[in-house]
Amino acid sequence: MSLDRTVGAAPAHPTPGHSRPSALASFLRLRELPVILALVILVAVTAALNPLFLSEQGIKDLLLNATILMILAVGQTLVIITRNIDLSVGSILGLVAFGTGSIFVAAPNLPIIAVFVLGMLFGAVLGALNGLLITIAKVPALVITLGTLYIFRGINNAWAGGTQYFAGDRPEAFGNLSVDTILGFPVITLIAVVVVAIVAVYMLGTRPGRDLYAIGSDPDAARLFGIPVTRRVLLAFVVNGLLAGLAGVLYASRFNSVGATTGSGLELDVVAAAVVGGVAIFGGSGTVVGATIGALLLTTITSALTALRVDKFWQQAIVGILILAAVVIDRIASVRSARKLRIAEARNV
Amino acid sequence: MRSIHSGSTRRRAAFAALATSAALVLSACGGGAATEGGGGTEGGSGSDGEQTITFIPKQLNNPYTDVVLGGGEDGATEAGFVSSEVVGPLDASASSQVSFINAETQRGTNVIVIAANDPDAVGPALEEARTAGAKIVAFDSDTNPDYRDLFVSQVNAKDVALIQLELISEQIGGEGEIAILSATANATNQNEWIKFMEEELAANPDYANIELVAKVYGDDDDTKSFQEAQGLLQAYPDLKGIISPTTVGIAATARYLSTSEYKGKVALTGLGLPNEMRPFVKDGTVSEFALWDPAQLGYVAAFAGKALADGSITGEVGDSFEAGELGEREVGEGGIVLVGPPTVFNAENIDDYDF
Repeated sequence: MSLDRTVGAAPAHPTPGHSRPSALASFLRLRELPVILALVILVAVTAALNPLFLSEQGIKDLLLNATILMILAVGQTLVIITRNIDLSVGSILGLVAFGTGSIFVAAPNLPIIAVFVLGMLFGAVLGALNGLLITIAKVPALVITLGTLYIFRGINNAWAGGTQYFAGDRPEAFGNLSVDTILGFPVITLIAVVVVAIVAVYMLGTRPGRDLYAIGSDPDAARLFGIPVTRRVLLAFVVNGLLAGLAGVLYASRFNSVGATTGSGLELDVVAAAVVGGVAIFGGSGTVVGATIGALLLTTITSALTALRVDKFWQQAIVGILILAAVVIDRIASVRSARKLRIAEARNV
Repeated sequence: MRSIHSGSTRRRAAFAALATSAALVLSACGGGAATEGGGGTEGGSGSDGEQTITFIPKQLNNPYTDVVLGGGEDGATEAGFVSSEVVGPLDASASSQVSFINAETQRGTNVIVIAANDPDAVGPALEEARTAGAKIVAFDSDTNPDYRDLFVSQVNAKDVALIQLELISEQIGGEGEIAILSATANATNQNEWIKFMEEELAANPDYANIELVAKVYGDDDDTKSFQEAQGLLQAYPDLKGIISPTTVGIAATARYLSTSEYKGKVALTGLGLPNEMRPFVKDGTVSEFALWDPAQLGYVAAFAGKALADGSITGEVGDSFEAGELGEREVGEGGIVLVGPPTVFNAENIDDYDF
């Protein structure tokens, strides 16, 4: 809501009021700074107390744990930036994950890449359904996606019943995507990093990307300004569905079983990751990189507390505190930047 | 959020169940059977061919539960119930079964067979069901004994606990640190086994060099169990073995071990489904694990329910009933009926089983 809003809506940002636009100053103003700091401190403290935390296997586990949440958080960020939300991602992931399991059982010889494409298309269709309902019916996304959360989950329950597909049902090469590493990075994490990079560039450097920020800052103004709001919002939901589909395929690669309850409850972790990563819940600001780091932070906390033998019941409380901290920091930042803007405007007169 | 989610799913499931039962009642009325199926049955009076049984597992869509329920349905048909149904929550939380019990009470179901997620949370609802005339058979996971007529136990809880200890002790060579990765922190059956394991570890000199360093809970959720397994190995670098007395936990842990550097170095045993564990036994991650035949559990529970509803037994110690092809079963101390000894699965025999 604060810094990026000015960047998004009015590109004429460097105001006369700024005296020190140095690299350090802009680094200190980064929205992602608090979450980066928190992550660094967390990892440093945990590693100091338990060196195994940063062993080769330890790092691999940390990255693997974060991968799926990272991808989901990126998609969710696009949606939240437009002042919407998608609560159905856990259900989409579940459907696609079970679908992936089914595909491998039905057609064991299908190339893995084709399964990825099918899974992502399936996710995109579900995302488009969300997007169409929201843009056509003009009902708040919270309500629509709450509905589709249950609908998709219901379909999953009806489809899967008690059937579960296990890692043994899938080709070994597919499972190995979550086992093999390149330069210490698991393959599926590298896939996630590529996704983050592509979306980040898109959001920063392209017109439709910037439009999303404008829509989230002020949908009416964006419409008056001539931005195709409906099309852009639909796009955000389709991309989010596509990424949830990708996450679903990766889930099937990583975990042992996929079934009726796969991915349930995940949606709140995803929203939490985005918020902790500095994405304002009312839209208009935040970055996919921030959300990615937020996801990494949340999953790392779980691992760190377990590695430090802290009772896991504390973990949720800590995540809650982080969310509150993120919101407070965001609020302070937005008040400060609003004041700066006022001063700058006053000087301009 | 999870509870809200499943809460609503559950409500919908309950609604569907109510709608179905309404339809059943209506068709029963059309047939002129009037109130027979609905009200209380005094002892075994007007019962033959009209009795209904409902199974309430800990959680639907759980592969282990499905095998148990498959046996239960077979047993119900053979025992002569006119209808058998399965209702239940999609999550295994403490209070999630209550609304299903209430719905069964309202329908006038004669026998409720339940695997309790929490021994006390289901109590008041079961009391009400009994007041209305229903017989309560607990299976798989016991309720507080005050709230049920019988408990059909897979096997002697102590046997289950001891066999897992024997297996792990063998696999780690009789010494070292071990940990337990269980289901939920308040699961009745798991906690009882864990208690027996702890007692045996303390008392048996054969286990003097084995140290139980941690008990963690994966909530019978694949992802959570997976991360708990990961955390265990990180928090306890000298860990030699893991016991996971739950099918979800052992499979998730096996998946983690088989994809990590710990494969073959950290032993894993517990209770697992042969179909789920087959690849891990074949690739050497797991050498031996145990389980009873889950189908028999449901099967015996159905016959126990029938005997109770007919009034041929009351659940007293010493009562006995015929459990179909499995022969006679006797009610033991504490109203417990035992099904059979656990089986140990390994690379040699695992292909003989299909569940």
